[in-house]
Amino acid sequence: MKVLLDLFVTFARIGVLTFGGGYAMLPIIQREVVETKKWATSEELVDYYAIGQTTPGVIAINTATFIGQKTMGILGGVVATLGVVFPPLIIISVIAMFLNNFADSMLLQNAFAGVRVSVYVLILNAVLKLWKSSIIDKVGIIIFVAIFTLSIFTNLSPVVFVVLAAIVGLLTKMKKGATEQ
Amino acid sequence: MIYLQLYYEFFKIGLFSIGGGLATLPFLYDISDRMGWFSYEQLADMIAISESTPGAIGINMATYAGYMGGGFLGAIVSTIGLVTPSIIIIIMIAQFLNRFKDNHHVQAVFYGLRPASTALIAAAGFTVITIDLIRVELFRDTGAITDLVNVRALILAVLLFYLSNYQRTTKKLHPVVFIAFSALIGIIFNFAG
Repeated sequence: MKVLLDLFVTFARIGVLTFGGGYAMLPIIQREVVETKKWATSEELVDYYAIGQTTPGVIAINTATFIGQKTMGILGGVVATLGVVFPPLIIISVIAMFLNNFADSMLLQNAFAGVRVSVYVLILNAVLKLWKSSIIDKVGIIIFVAIFTLSIFTNLSPVVFVVLAAIVGLLTKMKKGATEQ
Repeated sequence: MIYLQLYYEFFKIGLFSIGGGLATLPFLYDISDRMGWFSYEQLADMIAISESTPGAIGINMATYAGYMGGGFLGAIVSTIGLVTPSIIIIIMIAQFLNRFKDNHHVQAVFYGLRPASTALIAAAGFTVITIDLIRVELFRDTGAITDLVNVRALILAVLLFYLSNYQRTTKKLHPVVFIAFSALIGIIFNFAG
């Protein structure tokens, strides 16, 4: 019960602190889940993002479900997910109720233009941390550079990249296994 | 009955939109056409609000659209509809992984997936950074080289990068401190203007 409550509160906090979607959530998850609570490792977080991007649904939700389920089973998955959607549910409903011209406020626009810059830097920091645990050899560097470039210059779905990378991973390991024997 | 409809429509979005919040957009336009719960203009406002409030964009959009369709209860029902397919699918995958995580084929797949996942996150970050820091459109309009780079934002970005990585007294601070600091800087220096 205590862990479930902890899951809900932690993911609600992550939900409040996330500005701009699943990628912006990454630095906050890294701090709260990997470093503070130690519910998942950096490697597992990368795995969850890979799966979250290829399966239906919003990445933020998928990642929350994964970590919750890993910590406390199915119920944990449900509770973590409800936690992450709880703050926006309240905030957005209040905005929809009272403030029709919320997005027009100059003060808020300035504040969020500033917030966006910090979100970029935090994502960059998160990527640098993930780099250490996810890219361990030359094949990793090649996969990273190829997919980074392709995903910037083409409109291919992330699903294509993830499937290709999985195949490359399988083939590389099989080849390595064959030469070792 | 409206609640059942909202649940069903957002369940479908949750099931068919792959790859993040903005992937839900085409589905929302479709709902606008068929159901008339909100107009295209309201949808545009919705995106602006979703992007400038806490929470993942996809969730915010579902909540807002649900509120327009059926009030506060509509917002709850739509959000739960959106997350239901994810919860089911992810829990199934997670249980599969628990059972097979030591299998060397599964490990080989993740060996390839980790750099790919990191690359996708880096690319998503890179794309939004260039939209905000490099203002190609404005440069094309004015022709002034000083308009090409958003200097104020760039200075803030470099400062934040330094403070969060190299300055011993600040690098352990919670990310929210940097977010709040940036909001303040944005207001003081009129970042949106």
